[in-house]
Amino acid sequence: MWDYSDKVKDYFFNPVNAGVLEEANAVGDVGSISCGDALRLMLKVDPETDVILDARFQTFGCGSAIASSSALTEMIKGMTLDQALKVTNQDIAAYLDGLPPEKMHCSVMGAEALHAAIANYRGEEWKDDHEEGELVCKCFGVDAALIERTVRDNGLVTVEQVANYTKAGGGCCSCHEKIEDILIAVNGELAATAKPAIVQQPKPRTLVQIAPLKPEPAPAPAKPAMTMVRKIQLIEKVLEDIRPSLKMDGGNAELIDVDGDTVYLHLTGACMGCSSSGLTIAGIQERLMLAFGKPMRVVPSKPTAEV
Amino acid sequence: MNAPVYLDNNATTRVDPAVLAEMLPFFTELFGNPSSMHHYAAGVAEAVQLARRQVQSLLGAKHDSEIIFTSCGTEANNTALYSALAANPGRREIITSVVEHPAILAVCEHLEKNEGVTVHRIPVDAKGRLEIGAYQAALSDKVAIVSFMSANNETGTLFPVEELAVMAKEVGALFHTDAVQAVGKLPMNLADSAIDMLSLSGHKLHAPKGVGALYLKRGTRFRPLLRGGHQERGRRAGTENVTGIVGLGKAAELAQAAMEHENTVVRTLRDRLQTGILQSISHCFVTGDIEHRLPNTVNIAFEYIEGEAILLLLSRAGIAASSGSACTSGSLEPSHVMRAMNIPYTAAHGSTRFSLSRDTTDADVDRVLAVMPEIIARLRQLSPYWGKDGPKATPDFAPAYA
Ligand SMILES: Cc1ncc(COP(=O)(O)O)c(C=O)c1O
Repeated sequence: MWDYSDKVKDYFFNPVNAGVLEEANAVGDVGSISCGDALRLMLKVDPETDVILDARFQTFGCGSAIASSSALTEMIKGMTLDQALKVTNQDIAAYLDGLPPEKMHCSVMGAEALHAAIANYRGEEWKDDHEEGELVCKCFGVDAALIERTVRDNGLVTVEQVANYTKAGGGCCSCHEKIEDILIAVNGELAATAKPAIVQQPKPRTLVQIAPLKPEPAPAPAKPAMTMVRKIQLIEKVLEDIRPSLKMDGGNAELIDVDGDTVYLHLTGACMGCSSSGLTIAGIQERLMLAFGKPMRVVPSKPTAEV
Repeated sequence: MNAPVYLDNNATTRVDPAVLAEMLPFFTELFGNPSSMHHYAAGVAEAVQLARRQVQSLLGAKHDSEIIFTSCGTEANNTALYSALAANPGRREIITSVVEHPAILAVCEHLEKNEGVTVHRIPVDAKGRLEIGAYQAALSDKVAIVSFMSANNETGTLFPVEELAVMAKEVGALFHTDAVQAVGKLPMNLADSAIDMLSLSGHKLHAPKGVGALYLKRGTRFRPLLRGGHQERGRRAGTENVTGIVGLGKAAELAQAAMEHENTVVRTLRDRLQTGILQSISHCFVTGDIEHRLPNTVNIAFEYIEGEAILLLLSRAGIAASSGSACTSGSLEPSHVMRAMNIPYTAAHGSTRFSLSRDTTDADVDRVLAVMPEIIARLRQLSPYWGKDGPKATPDFAPAYA
């Protein structure tokens, strides 16, 4: 989940100035459905004073796109067109107490809609940045002029940042070289001085009591505890089954004692004492586990007579 | 606020308390290394072995030694692809689909770019069904491995992996399936199957995150991804994640017991959610292959609005779901699965996935049905593509650059 500021959340959950402005005399449509953002900005401009009397928006987009659009309408109401033209995407983001870097393009879209709407009002052909320069990012239709301006306004230094702000380079990556060229040109020789990130201490958490998953597991039928005789019989049966293979190696296994899930065996023959007796123990243990259906432990032991 | 409603089980599931209970002793008194020779190992190695049998049983595998524990589903997928290429040096091609999880697609892309491997990505139709003809055409004796997912994580669409595996065998290729979403939701019987390898992940079936497994049919040529100790019979080095493995074993046992519940009760809940949404909201549709789908998943594309905005409003209502929209992933494009099915952009951005589990109740479904129409209506009111009470008949909205 994105780390949105309270301001962003507030403007998303309770957007102001949403909807159609019937008496609009300036309209700016920007964005693209394929990028997942599109915005129509509608302004009512006083022809005498050039003051923006009212502003409304319609947005197809994520939380921060809706919040940026709504914030923009609040910011520019009461401004003259010339004042409004000075509003940058940085201003929009700052008004919202910041946007996650990946979402800065939402504020860029807002600034563009504003420029488009004012051009529309003035009867100018909106000099869409996207027609001005060479098309750099073919995936998202972003051209060099927009990238240059965004790099300059926001002090961007990496291709990743450019993608976050303009979407350029966020698709097939084939334009990364061109974006790097723009970055070098705009930033001159200025090396990036990255600010250290502020690390927030996580709040300590307390464990909560967890409820069982539904459906509640049916209580397992209580298994009657095995009698010692039954246990020994089962162990003897397992030993009987493996004796032939032990004997092939010249060995044998003899039951000495049983204590709970621990079985004491006397192992004799070729493999006694050598490291592979460990394997035999593991092998017998496995067989016992299968037979008993629970973890069992085998402990090598001396024959009773010698104890 | 009401109790939270969690309908994002394809992303991850809640650890079953019974699973946790099984794991806890292995954090405390049973902390031994299963490879040790002293008595601290006793009980630990056995527990790992028991877990292996529990997973074997869930998969219907013939031998417990066919189960290799890994750190996650992604590792199992990586292992399968790398092993197939390394063990079959004469074969330098991979066949997969365009809708796989990145845990397959990104590996293929890397192998293509850096190892000179040829990758055939088989397309799907509008319902997400594999183009069998294209698959048939790509098969040859140069193919080292075919990897198709059993179930799609976004739409739940099932691929007919049994038949696809048989086709791979005809050219001597290995067949792997990423069954991360299918294991625990669909019954399996790998003993009678042509599938050579299968990946699964614990955290999708109420086990913890960070444990998975690769099923490797006995007799399959194999090369390990991680080399080191002799763990997992030398096929996956590294001291075992005992707690995770014990948890996965128990979760497998519980999933097997709940298999019928998943395919009856959970399916019915899912269907009720789907029908309810389709009946109460216009201009939305189910994506994927509705007839061949996981019982717990429904993915609905809501037209003319964007998915992140839907999720934020759902989240405020206490409901967790997920979306195929660009904005939720941090990537800038909508989900590759939606695009592969040719879902129009206006709908792909609004695709929303609800994934249920045996934890889901009738009340959860009611909650979603209660809030969904209002959420969609609210966002459509904000949309420049939407008129007074429907999509604009003559779209007057054509933004400056499209
Ligand atoms: C189909 C699919 N494959 C692989 C994975 C990755 O699994 P893991 O998170 O265990 O690496 C996931 C889950 O995110 C998935 O849905």
